[in-house]
Amino acid sequence: MMQPIKTIALSFAAVLLAGQAFAGATLDGIKANDSLRCGVSGSLAGFSLPDSQGVMQGLDADVCRAVAAAILGDSEKVEFVPLSAQQRFTALQSGEVDLLSRNTTWTLTRDTSLGLDFTGVTFYDGQGFMVPTSLGVSSVSELDGAAVCVQTGTTTEKNLTDFFRATGMSFQPVVFEGFEESVTAFINGRCDAYTTDASGLASIRVSNVSNPDDYVILPEIISKEPLGPVVRNDDGEMFDVVRWTVFAMLNAEEAGITSENIDSFKGSEDPNIARIMGDEPGMGTAMGIDDTWAYNVISQVGNYGEVFERNVGASTPLGFQRGINALWTQGGLMYGPPIR
Amino acid sequence: MTIQHQSSDVQAAAPARAAFYNDPTVRAIFWQVVVCGAVLALIGYLVSNALDNLARQNIASGFAFLDLPAGFAIGEGMIDYDPSNTYLRAIVLGVLNTIKVAVAGIIFATIIGVIVGVARLSPNWLVARFATVYIEALRNVPLLLQLFFWYALLVEALPIAREAYGPIMGFYLSNRGLNVPLPDDIGFVFPLVGLLLAIAGSVWLYRRNKRIHDATGETPNTIVPVLIMLVVFPFLGWVAGGFPTAFDTPELKGFSFNGGGVVSAEFMALWLGLTLYTASFIAEIVRSGIQAVTKGQWEAAGALGLRRGQILRFVVLPQALRVIIPPTTSQYLNLTKNSSLAVAIGYPDIVSIAGTTLNQTGQAIEGIAIIMAVYLTLSLSISAFMNWYNKKIALVDR
Repeated sequence: MMQPIKTIALSFAAVLLAGQAFAGATLDGIKANDSLRCGVSGSLAGFSLPDSQGVMQGLDADVCRAVAAAILGDSEKVEFVPLSAQQRFTALQSGEVDLLSRNTTWTLTRDTSLGLDFTGVTFYDGQGFMVPTSLGVSSVSELDGAAVCVQTGTTTEKNLTDFFRATGMSFQPVVFEGFEESVTAFINGRCDAYTTDASGLASIRVSNVSNPDDYVILPEIISKEPLGPVVRNDDGEMFDVVRWTVFAMLNAEEAGITSENIDSFKGSEDPNIARIMGDEPGMGTAMGIDDTWAYNVISQVGNYGEVFERNVGASTPLGFQRGINALWTQGGLMYGPPIR
Repeated sequence: MTIQHQSSDVQAAAPARAAFYNDPTVRAIFWQVVVCGAVLALIGYLVSNALDNLARQNIASGFAFLDLPAGFAIGEGMIDYDPSNTYLRAIVLGVLNTIKVAVAGIIFATIIGVIVGVARLSPNWLVARFATVYIEALRNVPLLLQLFFWYALLVEALPIAREAYGPIMGFYLSNRGLNVPLPDDIGFVFPLVGLLLAIAGSVWLYRRNKRIHDATGETPNTIVPVLIMLVVFPFLGWVAGGFPTAFDTPELKGFSFNGGGVVSAEFMALWLGLTLYTASFIAEIVRSGIQAVTKGQWEAAGALGLRRGQILRFVVLPQALRVIIPPTTSQYLNLTKNSSLAVAIGYPDIVSIAGTTLNQTGQAIEGIAIIMAVYLTLSLSISAFMNWYNKKIALVDR
């Protein structure tokens, strides 16, 4: 539990003592280390959770791998750093990690006052509530007076307050530093309801409780939670690389390029595909990386659809539909600007 | 003329003065100024460097955020607070929560510590072993684990709010905490005043009787008048207040109890953990303090015909206190600082609230500085009080 304080205290010292930072320092540092330090949650099934082999699995983890593939040409050159919600921004600000890919909501305050930049959205989410089935509640409007367990350091905490204020209902927040502690307190019956992003609720329901049917996720979504990767705003090149890595994954899905069939597109006449394959020069060097960056990303990690299905899709325990996370061509919000 | 003459005489009589830079006083002052200057310069450098770095990284700095609305709710607190209040008020609430658990913890840790410490020296085999087991078990398990244990115990063992235990009218114990009725009538102020008067009167009577005892050896009865005062004064107050009877009783409504007061499960777990853990250390300090009093004191007091309890109270403990107070002060400080573990079990102390604040505003340095300043102030206050008390009971030459 002292870990967050330690991290914050360390970065406190780092900010006091740090000298001048240089533009492009982050990207150069990653290349020099030949490794990307990526901050993840490490405890959220489907987004970042170590499997039985100890390998970090999930959508957020795969974004880290994709960025490593783009910069270093090898998706395995990632050092995952598990961070609590409270530690994450300080860890990124102080340079403890190069990239934050930790189910983090993009908000104005965070984008402007933290010295950080959100590069885009990898998952459109929204905040919901989960209650024990035995409570007999079917709508959030029945939650007046409820005790609600929540993890600190999240937008969730504030949304929860906003929601209950707006609806004129009362509630008692029980706020925990640790994710595990907050979930345990809920499961033990300390709180009537648990709240976090809907994806997080689904993840808890399949991985933290003994019988998923004992818990029900209420239908209402009370907020917009666009989750995406975050970088420091002192390195424009790094920002571009991360942003375009995700766009490349979207464009590949749109073009039907997958990790399986990508080699069959070699020497394609279609200039849009040729640029993704790295056959047309200039697309990578503009950002200070290799021209084959997009090819590396798709061949090693896959396109966005593959990553989604593999980690959170219908065939996984989480069982999410694509919904608003589908491509724009299929009625969703995912849209990759052209690579040219 | 005379004056001039005298002064020149004095000058002549003085030994030849060394050069001013060899003067020990001048040198001492010089080095102190140099060291202070260097420390200040270093602090100034660190602060300005931090500000520069923050500005270059576009991270907001300064304490202006304290006036902004906090926007998050807090589970419990001793002052009125709602999410539209400022961060400053939220932080004050957190400080009060920290003080609340620290004060409650210190009082009970002291009581339990003294009892267990004395018990460990008891000639009764069972009592002494029981005290030993208590001390060894509690002081050798990390506090954080104990907090998790107590919290899990309270939350798992106690029933949910709907099935709360309610053996006494108006009192309900559930895994939400203990709900208690509160007086709900301004008339209740009068009996409270009566009680305070009774306590003040008791203290005055005790001192007066002690003076008489010291002077004449007679022992005027203290207990009976004190008991009478404690019963009669509040009763008179109650009559004066117009026989108030209204109580704000907690009632189960929907998910939780409405009305009355509540001692939350988080507070109980934290308070239990801190109290029992620190008490085990205080018990050892008390034991060592008692053992530091020489055997001759026991024997001499015994020869005067005092019973064991009297020896302890009148002879041994007053001497042992001088050994006990300084290390106990450290334990009080430890308890206060250990209360920062509250965030692990969901109690909204200053670390929890400042943590949320720094996370929402992104101003980590200011947040940490506030936490440090709060603990420093609390610790120095406790130290100052205990040093005053230590001086008061110190051996006085008569």
